[in-house]
This record gives sequence, C-alpha cells and structure tokens, in this order.
Amino acid sequence: MLAGLLFIIMGLITIVCALCVVFQKNPVYSAIFLIQTMVSLAVLYVLLHAQFIAAIQVMVYAGAIMVLFVFVIMLLNLNKTDVEGDYDKLLFQKPSAIILGFILVVMIGVVTLNTVFQGTQGEYTPESISQIGNTQLVGKMLFTKYVFPFEIASVLLFAAVLGAIILAKKQIIKEKEV
Amino acid sequence: MIPLTWYLILSGMLFTIGAVGVLIRRNAIVIFMCIELMLNAVNLAFVTFARQLNSMDGQIFVFFIMTVAAAEAAVGLAIIIAIYRNKATVNVDNINLMKW
Repeated sequence: MLAGLLFIIMGLITIVCALCVVFQKNPVYSAIFLIQTMVSLAVLYVLLHAQFIAAIQVMVYAGAIMVLFVFVIMLLNLNKTDVEGDYDKLLFQKPSAIILGFILVVMIGVVTLNTVFQGTQGEYTPESISQIGNTQLVGKMLFTKYVFPFEIASVLLFAAVLGAIILAKKQIIKEKEV
Repeated sequence: MIPLTWYLILSGMLFTIGAVGVLIRRNAIVIFMCIELMLNAVNLAFVTFARQLNSMDGQIFVFFIMTVAAAEAAVGLAIIIAIYRNKATVNVDNINLMKW
C-alpha cells in the first residue's frame, strides 16, 4: 500500500518534471528538471528491487552526465531569445508533433494493457537477491556472463573520451599548425 | 505489490515526452536532454521486465545503456561546442549545411 502511494507520487513527479524539461524556455531550467526526473526514477528503481542501478543512476546520470550538460550550457552562454524562435520553419511542426505524441502514448498504453507478458522465469527472485546482495550479483554477472561486453564498454568509453577531446580542441590544433 | 504494467505505462509516457521534445525544440542541447529522457524511459522498462522475470540480465543491460549514454553525452556535447564555434548558434534550424 505504502509502495503504491510512493509509486504514484514519484511517477507524478517524474512526468511533471519531464514535461517541464520539454516546455521550459531556459535550458538551465530544463537541465535542473531533468536532474529531478532522474532522481525520482532512481526511487522507482529502488521500488523495483534494483538498488545498484538506482545508485549509479544518481551517480552517473544525475551526477556526471548532467554536470557535463550544465557545464556546456554555461560555456556557450546562450541568451534564450536567440535560440528558440517563435516561428515554425516547418508548417504546424509543434501542434502536429504534440498530436503524434498523444497518438504514440495511447498506442503504447493500449498495447501494454492488452499484452500478457510471458517469459522464462529466472532464478533471481527478490528474496534470493536480498540474500546475496544486489551489487554482488551485478558484479558476478559482469565478470562472468557479460565480461566481453564489459571490456567493449571500457574501449567505447576510452574512444568517447578521445573523440570528445579531439572535437573540442579543434581550434587550438589549427592555431598550432599556422 | 504494484502492477508492473503501471511501470511500463510510465516508461511509455516518459519516452513519448522525450520524443515530442525532440520534435518541438530547436535548442540542440535541449534536444540532447530529451534523448537522455528517452534512454531513461527504456532503462525503466528494462528494470521492470528484469523484476517481472526474476532475472538480473535486464539490470546488466541498464548498466551498459548508461555506459553508452555517458559516451554519447561526451561526444555529442563536444560536437555541439564545435558547431557553436563555427556557426555561433545551437539552433538546429540554422544548422543545415548537409541538407540537400
């Protein structure tokens, strides 16, 4: 009962904050509301017995990635009237996008409510997970069954860091060549 | 016990809000944030199914999605900075160099 109440409250906060991300004019406000969305999603992960995912949601998403976003917003120093024009370059872009989004959400709702989700049940019930520990299980899976994707992920992050540095440093390299 | 369908509907709503945001906003940074919103919606669906099927694989997938999202954010924001250096705008309507 308490979990249901918590779900409704956090779900409402998530939806309202997500709407604010889209409809706020100032990108800084959008970023702040996105942080709130991610934190309330972390609460929902705890309700789903995924404590480790909730922790890295707060640390990686709300911490690292959003700091990067806020940093870039600060770096570019945009004045809001400059970016968001009032006119639609494509005819009726905003109304038609909202209508299409409404159709999409209705379709997702109908499909979700009418489908019986079945699949082979795994061995990790919440009781067995709480005996071993969620983080321990994630670690065990990462270093046994998913060890190859794990290594690929490290290479991907390395490539991303290199790519980001190269892209952002372009100007300086040019000056050196001259 | 909360019905897991609720979580899936919440995830669908979040994904739709993100998709609508990509369609109606012009600021490249806000479009980027909406993409993060859609990734988060997918993460929620993954965790929900992992819970429903008593499996850990969904949670591992969320871990990898977060890795990809971090890489994507780093590279994407660097691209936005590079575009801003060249064109002094992040309005996607004005960034149409490769449009035929």
